[in-house]
Amino acid sequence: MLRVDHLKKTYGEGNDAVEAIGDLDFEVQEKEFVCVVGPSGCGKTTLLKCMSGLLPPTGGEARLHDQRIDGPPELMALVFQEYSRSLFPWMTVRQNVAFPLRRKRLDKAEGRELVESAVRSVDLTGFLDRYPWELSGGMQQRVAIARALAYQPEIMLMDEPFASVDAQTRADLEDLILEVRREYGVTVVFVTHDIDESVYLGDRIVVLTPAPTTVQEVLEVELPEPRDQVETKELQEFARLRAHVYRSIKRKQPAAETEQEPARA
Amino acid sequence: MTARQERWLARGLEVTVPILVLVLWGVLSAGSETYYFPPLTDILTTFKDTWVFERVGSDVVPSLERMAAGYGIAVVVAVGAGLLLGLSPRARRAAAPIVEFLRAIPPPALLPFAILVIGVGSSMKIFIIAFVCLWPILLNTIDGVTSVDPTLRETTRVYGISPRDRMRRVMLPAASPQIFAGMRTSLSLALILMVISEMVASTNGIGYFVLQSQRTFAIPEMWSGILLLGILGYTLNGAFVLIERRVLRWHRGARASALS
Amino acid sequence: MATLARSARRPAPRLRVPDALLPWLSVLGVLVLFDVLPRIGVLPENHFPPISKTLGTLADQFTTESFWKAVGNTLQGWALGLGIAAALAIPLGIVIGSSRLLYRATRGVIEFLRPIPSVALIPLAILIYGTGLKSKVFLASFAAFWQLIVATLYGVQDVDPVATDTARSFGFSRIQRLFRVTLPSAIPYIATGVRIASAVSLILTVTAELVIGSSGLGRSINVARSGGDEQLMYALIIATGILGLALNTIFVLAERRVLHWHPSHRPGETAA
Repeated sequence: MLRVDHLKKTYGEGNDAVEAIGDLDFEVQEKEFVCVVGPSGCGKTTLLKCMSGLLPPTGGEARLHDQRIDGPPELMALVFQEYSRSLFPWMTVRQNVAFPLRRKRLDKAEGRELVESAVRSVDLTGFLDRYPWELSGGMQQRVAIARALAYQPEIMLMDEPFASVDAQTRADLEDLILEVRREYGVTVVFVTHDIDESVYLGDRIVVLTPAPTTVQEVLEVELPEPRDQVETKELQEFARLRAHVYRSIKRKQPAAETEQEPARA
Repeated sequence: MTARQERWLARGLEVTVPILVLVLWGVLSAGSETYYFPPLTDILTTFKDTWVFERVGSDVVPSLERMAAGYGIAVVVAVGAGLLLGLSPRARRAAAPIVEFLRAIPPPALLPFAILVIGVGSSMKIFIIAFVCLWPILLNTIDGVTSVDPTLRETTRVYGISPRDRMRRVMLPAASPQIFAGMRTSLSLALILMVISEMVASTNGIGYFVLQSQRTFAIPEMWSGILLLGILGYTLNGAFVLIERRVLRWHRGARASALS
Repeated sequence: MATLARSARRPAPRLRVPDALLPWLSVLGVLVLFDVLPRIGVLPENHFPPISKTLGTLADQFTTESFWKAVGNTLQGWALGLGIAAALAIPLGIVIGSSRLLYRATRGVIEFLRPIPSVALIPLAILIYGTGLKSKVFLASFAAFWQLIVATLYGVQDVDPVATDTARSFGFSRIQRLFRVTLPSAIPYIATGVRIASAVSLILTVTAELVIGSSGLGRSINVARSGGDEQLMYALIIATGILGLALNTIFVLAERRVLHWHPSHRPGETAA
């Protein structure tokens, strides 16, 4: 459904040129949860901006349903890391979630229902008429997720969405995102630098190299569903995957017995 | 002195000192024989006779109307132009030297020009008030729009917010703290220009009244006019602060939560 | 393939005015507009003489003694007004600002007096000081005073408490703290205050010349208008604008020089 085809991005020109993305190539299937993980400063955010049409790539392209992305597609929602800066502080939770729906020209009751069910699925029903800054960081990020869900995208891109919240909140938000993904049947591309998080959440993991970024490897995650913060993380397979990704990021040769899959090009 | 005592003392001083100043003025001027500084009681009596409500219709209302019209025009034009210029770096570059020059002209220097071109009626006063109030609001609006958080801009792009909504519901509120700061500066300018323009060429208005009283040596009347202008400036400023607090409640809340 | 995609995406290079030329072009455009419009009759020529004629008059003025005398008079009023206001407001602001009790005691009075339009005092100034330089300076310094005292108070109170506590822990005396900590951190606010006060002082100087008739550019403009010499009037208005622009530029440059260490003047940190 989403295809990243030999995508390249260079900032600046001439001698000042910085090559952020060398050559990226991978694909995301319908209803899949793909985690993109890589060392810090490896151009993850650049990749996400190119995929969402916010930034034109210097070479190659990203395609959604075989259509080149050259501006934000209507079927896509994006959740930023900086929740406090991506929510509109002058709007209440309800207004924030409803705001993107204005382009969809729904009738009143329908729009209201979309907003309220999205807010319900992130457990914030009691806070509909509060302002974002009256909420904690984790709750603000849930508002941003609700806003993305109410928009009814086919695919949701998330840029390190849980990087700025505390550990306990983070675990809760991870389970929440798995739940709403099932409920809404949405495809998710989840960018993170946290290896545990990528293994816990993903159906598949795309491991990136440092800049200029290419795909180091793509891993299938075959952990039982539904995932559980305690039980899943106790599994041997979880530990093995985690170690594998860790070595992969550190550019160590992966252990010989792992089923290494070449990047799907 | 404990911190608690100090706080109470501070609070007490805050209330008593202004009252003391007023009483002092009253006492010192009580038996005043000086022609230019009549007793405070005389000024207050004249104030009551003149402004409650004898000259309200003939002078206060026209003054306030001119001010409101000029200020209103300035706000609408400046915010509109500021939003457009804020969104286009090239337009901003092109407009910069002209804006810088026009705003550097000391406003009263434009009065003779306005009198020449528009005449001495109310529209001249409205024009000059609007022209002068324009710049602080314009520059602040541009500043506000250009400093809108990039994440917020990207959010509106990702969700395909229409240009109209982006202007009215994102850029305008996001820039509103700066816009209000500019509007506050302009409010005091509006009052000043109202007074000057009425002093230079008018047949009514508070500014006219004050200068005319001085020319006819009606000293207590002159003082009562000065007092009225003071009260007016203070009240307008106070009312503005109240409105600003209400409209920008979200801004104070957001900033407070960002700092904690 | 990558190069193909790139060439397909980039539109053919249009003729585009370089950014650096834009300000010059717009100034040129305005000048041409105000030269042509009166000539072809769109603007009434008796009210809007073509700008080239006005600029010619301005150039002529540069050679007359009376023009420079008017400029000198205006500058004198401005400088005295600003100087007196600074000499009173800055020390007073520092003293009041460094004592919480003093600040609270005077706050009400300052808050009440500050929004009073200084022009309301014009009649009083005429009564007490007549129509000469003294009136001008009184009005200019009165108006500039409030700008400066509020800026100074704000600056003194915005000192980082950590810096004060650090100085205290090193055993600095009250006076030392004032000169080593409080003043340096208040200076950016005071500098901005001085720049705004300078503009205010110039405005009130010109106002006094215009309303009261003290000699200076303001009176010259009014005399030119009542004498029916529109070209001279416009030339003098432009001259006043140039004066305002020059004074403002000097203060901006000075501020930048003095405050190069301050975050607001460091390149790259303005966005933060």
